[in-house]
Amino acid sequence: MRYQPINLGRWLIWGATALLMAVLPLIFTQGFAITLLSQMGIAIIFTLSYNMLLGQSGMLSFGHAVYSGLGAYIAVHVLNLASKGQVWMPLSLLPLVGGLAGAFFGVLFGYVTTKRAGTTFAMITLGIGELVFSCSLMFPEFFGGEGGITTNRVFGQPFLGLTFGPGVQVYYLIALWCLASMAAMYAWSHTPLGRMANAVRDNPERAEFVGYDTHKVRWFTLIISAFFAGIAGALACINFEIVTAENVSAIRSGGVLFAAFIGGVTFFFGPIIGACLFVYFVVALSDHTKAWLLYLGLFFMLMVMFAPGGIASLIVMQLPVIARGRFRSLLPHYARTGAAGLLVLAALVLTVEMTYKVSVDSANGTAMTLLGVDFDAAGTLPWALAGVLWIVGGWLFRRAWLRLSHAWGEIQAEIAGARA
Amino acid sequence: MSAAASITAALELAGVRKSFGNTEIIRGVDLAIPRGERHAIIGPNGAGKSTLFNLISGRFPASRGAIRLNGEDITRLKPFQINRKGLSRSFQITNIFHNLSVFENLRCAVLWSLGYRYSFWHRLAGLADARQRADEVLEAIGLASRRERPAGLLTYAEQRALEIGITIAGGADVILLDEPTAGMSRSETDHVVELVRRVTAGKTLVMVEHDMGVVFNLADRISVLVYGEVLATGKPEEIRANAAVQEAYLGTIHEDAAHA
Repeated sequence: MRYQPINLGRWLIWGATALLMAVLPLIFTQGFAITLLSQMGIAIIFTLSYNMLLGQSGMLSFGHAVYSGLGAYIAVHVLNLASKGQVWMPLSLLPLVGGLAGAFFGVLFGYVTTKRAGTTFAMITLGIGELVFSCSLMFPEFFGGEGGITTNRVFGQPFLGLTFGPGVQVYYLIALWCLASMAAMYAWSHTPLGRMANAVRDNPERAEFVGYDTHKVRWFTLIISAFFAGIAGALACINFEIVTAENVSAIRSGGVLFAAFIGGVTFFFGPIIGACLFVYFVVALSDHTKAWLLYLGLFFMLMVMFAPGGIASLIVMQLPVIARGRFRSLLPHYARTGAAGLLVLAALVLTVEMTYKVSVDSANGTAMTLLGVDFDAAGTLPWALAGVLWIVGGWLFRRAWLRLSHAWGEIQAEIAGARA
Repeated sequence: MSAAASITAALELAGVRKSFGNTEIIRGVDLAIPRGERHAIIGPNGAGKSTLFNLISGRFPASRGAIRLNGEDITRLKPFQINRKGLSRSFQITNIFHNLSVFENLRCAVLWSLGYRYSFWHRLAGLADARQRADEVLEAIGLASRRERPAGLLTYAEQRALEIGITIAGGADVILLDEPTAGMSRSETDHVVELVRRVTAGKTLVMVEHDMGVVFNLADRISVLVYGEVLATGKPEEIRANAAVQEAYLGTIHEDAAHA
């Protein structure tokens, strides 16, 4: 009865993902790369857990950091007790503590927030987010006040030679939990509760008339989502060895919404892409430029306006074209549009960075370096160059874009014709 | 209602009233529908037919009166509780899961009745009984060739068939259909009548319908609802002959039956 043909494609994808996660730190061995990868792993869990609500169940939450943050706080306290020898808890299982803590608060807050869907849900999550954040200042014993709670992840005897001191060991711990969480959340989306969450998203009224209490579907989904958010929180606590009020803040909650949306909420793998990109923006770009938030905001706006399905939908859009064997004919168009886009991007970056230099950072002089080129931001030549880049890049981009749209339209018509 | 009627009736309404603000839409409806009967509710627009369905299925609470399903009081229950007791309804305006495939729509409709509830420990792909039941209904409503298509992309007539499929999939024994043939062509209507007859065999059927051809073809008994009151209940030939119905409504019946 239960016989299922082995889904080779699925095993290949999961195998490749596991392999990729295993070899990445062997290729990128610098400390910075390991930090980046670790944060990506944590963000993937957090963003996928968020998308259980947004993409799968149609619940737009503005307070998801409550669950990851409280999970992190409980984890940091348990970790501190464990290192004093007061409780037994190996570091590798600490994420489970964070997950259970997250789920506990999911039971508590979720019961209230999930009573209604839509705007009401969004507003209540915003309220609960603010409530928990204000508590973090009211109860410094638990939340550690402005300094947060610090900890040390290295304690007791090494386990199989692992102390979890070096960053790469922490990365592999995160990678294992990330892989397990991804698999579990994917599996959840193929269970009765997961499918009914989709049904409730599409049409809550009809779901009630086929026997389902929509409040319970939303509530149970939120509890499971909060569980995975708590795992992400505990991993963050292990990774950074500090938990502050920022962990439960609206900034965190907004960030995960950003990440999920950029990646694309309608596909399971969308938030994975979104999480990696978001972490890259926040961690890597913030090292290079003070204007990283501006770039992030612009990128988000462009995505919302031109690709509301996120990067995942851009990828999935190509599949029928590839199946039709027409992807190759689009490649020159993509290359031309991409190159012209790079010119516009260069114009944007040059303008923004020079503006920052002149207006915010001019106390140390106006000499600056961009991509290894030294120049004076107060000079005429760089501004003239930026102007030329804007005009030429903009014109080329417009031309390439129109031709790409034309070619795209023709192929779509051809595919539609073949179907009919 | 006599005691005997309340024991045998699949669905029984006693003194049901409903007001919205100061306006009384349902003004005291008594109705007993025995098990296995095909019962049609007809009446002019605004008579309260859809409101009556909404009261029975728990979408709105009744202001007064009692509604009993197989002798059990369901007046104050929520829609999902009423559904679990074996009453299922369709909607006048198509009410399906637009982003899910046709097959998933039907599988969602059978999960509760098969006891899977809020399970997150079963794999859907492993639930042979749910798949089988959903595929049976898929076959019965004639949408097997549309199995994997998102429900939102079906034609109107196909969506109406899916609407009926979702309604019967859970195996409820009292089925409420709200204008199953609304907006359909003659041939599509014949198709739906055949479908309804087939999938509701052995069940209790209550339907609101404007097409008199369909009503006189399908119904064992008919109730005429006018201004929130039951003007008459009886067999099709009795309704045709009823003087009060003729006065209030029959002109329309002849008209409709003629062009139907």
